[in-house]
Amino acid sequence: MIKIEKRNDVSQSIYFLTPILAIFLTLFGGGIIFYILGFNPIEALKFFFITPISDLYGLSELLVKATPLCLIAIGLSFCFKSNNWNIGAEGQLIFGGIVGGGVALLFYNHDGFYVLPIIILSGAIGGMLFAMIPAILKTYFNTNEILVSLMLVYVAKLLLDYLVVGPWSNPEGFNFPETRQFSESARMPILFDGLRIHAGIFITLITVFLSWLILYKTYLGFQIKVSGLSLKTAKYAGYKGKTMIIIVFMISGACAGLAGVGEITGPIGQLHRNISPDYGFTAIIVAFLGRLNPVGIIFASLIVALTYLGAETAQIFLQVPKYTGQVFQGMILFFLLGSDYLLFFKIKFLGLKKNEL
Amino acid sequence: MSFDLNFIGILIGAIMASSVPLILAASGELITERSGVLNLGVEGMMIIGAISGFALMVVTDNLFFAVVGSMLSGLILSLIFGLLTQSLLTNHVATGLALTIFGIGMSAMIGKNFVGIPGKEFPLLFLNLKESIPFLGPIFFGHSIILYFAFGLPFLTNYFLKKTKTGLIIRAVGDSPTSASNQGINVTLVRYSCILYGGAMCGLAGAYLSLIYTPQWIENMTGGRGWIALALVVFATWSPIKVLIGALIFGGITILQLHMQAVGLRIPVQLLSALPYIMTIIVLVVISRDSRKIKLNTPTSLGQIFYKEK
Repeated sequence: MIKIEKRNDVSQSIYFLTPILAIFLTLFGGGIIFYILGFNPIEALKFFFITPISDLYGLSELLVKATPLCLIAIGLSFCFKSNNWNIGAEGQLIFGGIVGGGVALLFYNHDGFYVLPIIILSGAIGGMLFAMIPAILKTYFNTNEILVSLMLVYVAKLLLDYLVVGPWSNPEGFNFPETRQFSESARMPILFDGLRIHAGIFITLITVFLSWLILYKTYLGFQIKVSGLSLKTAKYAGYKGKTMIIIVFMISGACAGLAGVGEITGPIGQLHRNISPDYGFTAIIVAFLGRLNPVGIIFASLIVALTYLGAETAQIFLQVPKYTGQVFQGMILFFLLGSDYLLFFKIKFLGLKKNEL
Repeated sequence: MSFDLNFIGILIGAIMASSVPLILAASGELITERSGVLNLGVEGMMIIGAISGFALMVVTDNLFFAVVGSMLSGLILSLIFGLLTQSLLTNHVATGLALTIFGIGMSAMIGKNFVGIPGKEFPLLFLNLKESIPFLGPIFFGHSIILYFAFGLPFLTNYFLKKTKTGLIIRAVGDSPTSASNQGINVTLVRYSCILYGGAMCGLAGAYLSLIYTPQWIENMTGGRGWIALALVVFATWSPIKVLIGALIFGGITILQLHMQAVGLRIPVQLLSALPYIMTIIVLVVISRDSRKIKLNTPTSLGQIFYKEK
């Protein structure tokens, strides 16, 4: 009665509709989890997804969180499109933050319009260099980039911990594990008084635009897409696979580094142990939810940023741990991947035929 | 001198204990990968095993239920992975990542009410022998039953894969699902079973951490062990016995850095803590450099989606 047929071509409308289906299924699944935990599911979902953005401050917070997520996800889309699994963006973010933060401390009490751009640039270079480690090991030593990039996340976290506890800790800080507050010249300009939304959002938007240009209007973008679709074709066409692997990792590392430096010069204003609530991992979900498409990623970053805010609100009003956000993020990805089935297969509901009776 | 020898024995015993979760998780994942499925959700399944084992221990006060429950919860999580990758034909890497993110979040959610509760003492076997025999005593005796199981597991796995018919079927499915399918083997069913087995072993590995190794619940207590276990499978070039050796090396590094921290060497604690991760990278580089050797041993269809037209 139910027949499953393979589709001959992938339908474009379904391609962008399934993420929406996935979000609805996630809301449904989340409702069930809240019900099991003993809450009124509608009420709880309202606290999670509506309360946080019902005022101006909430909307600004949404953009504050979406800024790094979107930036990292854009970078990751270059890797994922070409079948390179960089899952260590979190480490690249932290390392970019470390380098940028180091430069910010170097320019402590130093005024000048050039201070912030230098910090931002050094953060991007930091992230880029850190991402080149798995890329070079992959190209020249055939090492699995998933595992290497992931291991480096732990290394970056421990390095940050060492620096803020030891050599970089605030000399007047009573041994708290944090650096000095950066000086005003090293901070991202705030866009509106009283809100935390900062100029980093422009970096994100410019990066999105540049990525669109590279991916859809240049030969490099074409090569990236072809190698993602078929490595054999790419080799046959004579693309330099190794160079491309290193380039996509450099792009995504630089984006993650920018996100890190945007966080420490933006909302945080110093270095401490927890400069990122796992933005680097969550951005993987953002990249997939946005279908590795620059515009899609903008929308996806807003939705996933909402799960962060929702988890914070729910923590206050419902006393559920902030990790609820991660549960939602995992579910979104599950449902998204699962509903991709509809892309490749048609489900037909047939009536019983006479000869089957 | 005899005191020193005994100390070395205790040290070796500690190294063995710290390698147990790695052996269990990596042996489980090895079977999964041998059937051609790459499940990157090891970390997520381990942490879910850790919290459900601990929670069940607190609630039921029964260690047997706790251990079995942790295996079941790892299995349930891997069932999600199986449904997605095998029935809905999703990408293995992305699904595994989702499983890890989901598992870590879920474990923290469940574990909220179990933070700070002291664990229960897990029965250790042959305690009298441990103390009465110097050197060899602390190596061979005074461990939990799970440790003995873990050290037998790689040999059992090796025998199973190489000498039994089921093992042969699993390898056939991993190396060439199409020809296996043409021989009348139900590829999807075999892969489902291997995924579920891997999940149960990861759950058990987590339970070892929260019930025996550090008997309490701490958020994120697996601390990347799941990922190291995944690296171990590559390191071992998919051979169970080498998994055992690799796990002991990593257990050794972990214990060594803990001792170096305790002695108070003038090396930053963070550098020592980073050693297992840095070593993993170095070892991966050394092993993978020879791409022919890796290609020869990797299950040919690893991570590829298998779809049979009906």
